Amino acid sequence: MSLDKKYPKEIKQLLAKYPPEHKRSAVMPLLYLAQREEGYVNKEAMQDIARILDITETEVASIVGFYSLYHDKKAGKYRMQVCTDLPCALRGADEFLNNLCENLGIKVGETTEDGLVTLESVMCLAACDRAPMFQTQGPDGIKYHEYMTVDRTMELIDALKKAEKEGKE
Amino acid sequence: MSHVLLRHRDIPDLNTLSVYKKNGGFAAFKKAVSKMQPNEVTDVVKNSGLRGRGGAGFPTGMKWSFIDNKNWPHYVVANADESEPGTFKDREIMESNPFQFLEGLAIASYAVGATVAYIYLRGEFWQVAAFLDEKIAEMEEAGFLGDNLFGTEYSLKIFTHLGAGAYICGEETALLESLEGKRGQPRVRPPFPPSYGLYGKPTIINNVETFTNVPMILANGADWYKSMGTADSSGVKIFSLSGRVRKPGNYELPFGTTFRQLIYEYGMGVQDGRPVKAIMPAGASSSLIVVDDKVLDTPMDYATVRTLGADLGSASVIVLDDTVDIDWVVNKTIHFFKHESCGKCTPCREGNYWMRNLTERIHSGAGSQGDVDLLLNVAKQMQGKCLCALGEFSTMAVVTGIERFPQDFKKAVKA
Repeated sequence: MSLDKKYPKEIKQLLAKYPPEHKRSAVMPLLYLAQREEGYVNKEAMQDIARILDITETEVASIVGFYSLYHDKKAGKYRMQVCTDLPCALRGADEFLNNLCENLGIKVGETTEDGLVTLESVMCLAACDRAPMFQTQGPDGIKYHEYMTVDRTMELIDALKKAEKEGKE
Repeated sequence: MSHVLLRHRDIPDLNTLSVYKKNGGFAAFKKAVSKMQPNEVTDVVKNSGLRGRGGAGFPTGMKWSFIDNKNWPHYVVANADESEPGTFKDREIMESNPFQFLEGLAIASYAVGATVAYIYLRGEFWQVAAFLDEKIAEMEEAGFLGDNLFGTEYSLKIFTHLGAGAYICGEETALLESLEGKRGQPRVRPPFPPSYGLYGKPTIINNVETFTNVPMILANGADWYKSMGTADSSGVKIFSLSGRVRKPGNYELPFGTTFRQLIYEYGMGVQDGRPVKAIMPAGASSSLIVVDDKVLDTPMDYATVRTLGADLGSASVIVLDDTVDIDWVVNKTIHFFKHESCGKCTPCREGNYWMRNLTERIHSGAGSQGDVDLLLNVAKQMQGKCLCALGEFSTMAVVTGIERFPQDFKKAVKA
């Protein structure tokens, strides 16, 4: 189903934020809408957005390529994005990420076997006083997790696993 | 002392409309719209000496007075892209004292004749944006946003807009490009946004913290605001303290507070009681300051920090103790800038790529003194050659790191 058939109400609301002659401004919110379900923007969605906003598909793709929170490839249902920038690293973020990799048995950039979590290392998330920290990017948007330990992270992953199982049943 | 910006720390539930109203909320906006001319509002802000809190420290009232009144419509945009490593103050304001920020944004919009204002938030602030949307809806409901405000002809709408993970969008013209639905790459300036901004129309862009000062200035007067801080930098500032301190966090203090007070009185000193080796006062974009007693007793305002060979910037103070190797610090900051360079200007795009290769090699122990010399050379050649400040900022830690901490690099290439 095309994006505008699937989310007519949402798209109307988003377009209303910008002057009608500048509806291209809605490309970023529409891309978030497009990757809500699958966690990435597929080619069809890019074509839909281009059509809705009267821009070319290449222009839409250039936005996807430029910004780090848009993805054009499928990954785990949740992207776990650990900040390892200077202020977080001064408070143990690198060790935290290494220990997390060991516990999950995956490397940075890889996905757990069940397809639930992709582990990523990202730039500053503006929570330098609450490190180690990460955000999860998933179907329900982006959430911050602060003052994290490996134990607390494994508990979070278990909770996500449980929710996933219950959702499927 | 009670807070001016982080007032939620004194007043519980200030992020609810009823509590905010009870504590004088929206009286300043009402006074401005119903009793003052727009230029009178700008004059009060000008007289207060308020300077932009995003890092550049440009006088706010002066910026507002630059708006081109021959070209309409006008826009106001709040820069909530907070992405400088070490900065985490705007998020606290928006989460805990959102109405004071929104009121400041509304007053600014009135002062420059904008009937639409946007808040550009970094994409990671997804939950913050949803929270602000709720607060904006509450304001509309209560008659603080919408048509014919306070029975006048003035109307205002505020919208949030989420970025998607690009540090460069904190640069004001890149932010505008992004808000227009393009890649966030800076524009050639001039023209500056007050004459050519969003959709080519006159636009005022200020940081979240800057706007949050405005209702208090209007309520209490320019002289009250100037009674705090220093002659060069009036008022209060939120210092985001991070790194190797016992108690990192946001501290709202008058300009002129010393590094020692911030680190030892508020931050409770350095972890494990170690000495401070270096300070980065403006996040990853900082020059590295070699710390001694004199430096610790330096008052923090825009002019005085400059005498230490650094800028105060957004006042995101990163503290490095004597266990931290500066070649490691520089490797970290260059990884950041290499990732965040938008690619528009060749010196920044290529320079950061090669600097990253060099810092990585030096830090891994495979480098030579020749690599250190080359790194310094590349950094210096980039300076003054890029359209925006990112290219310049990326070289600060490199140049000051090598020049002020040569022993750390000697050790790294020998090891």
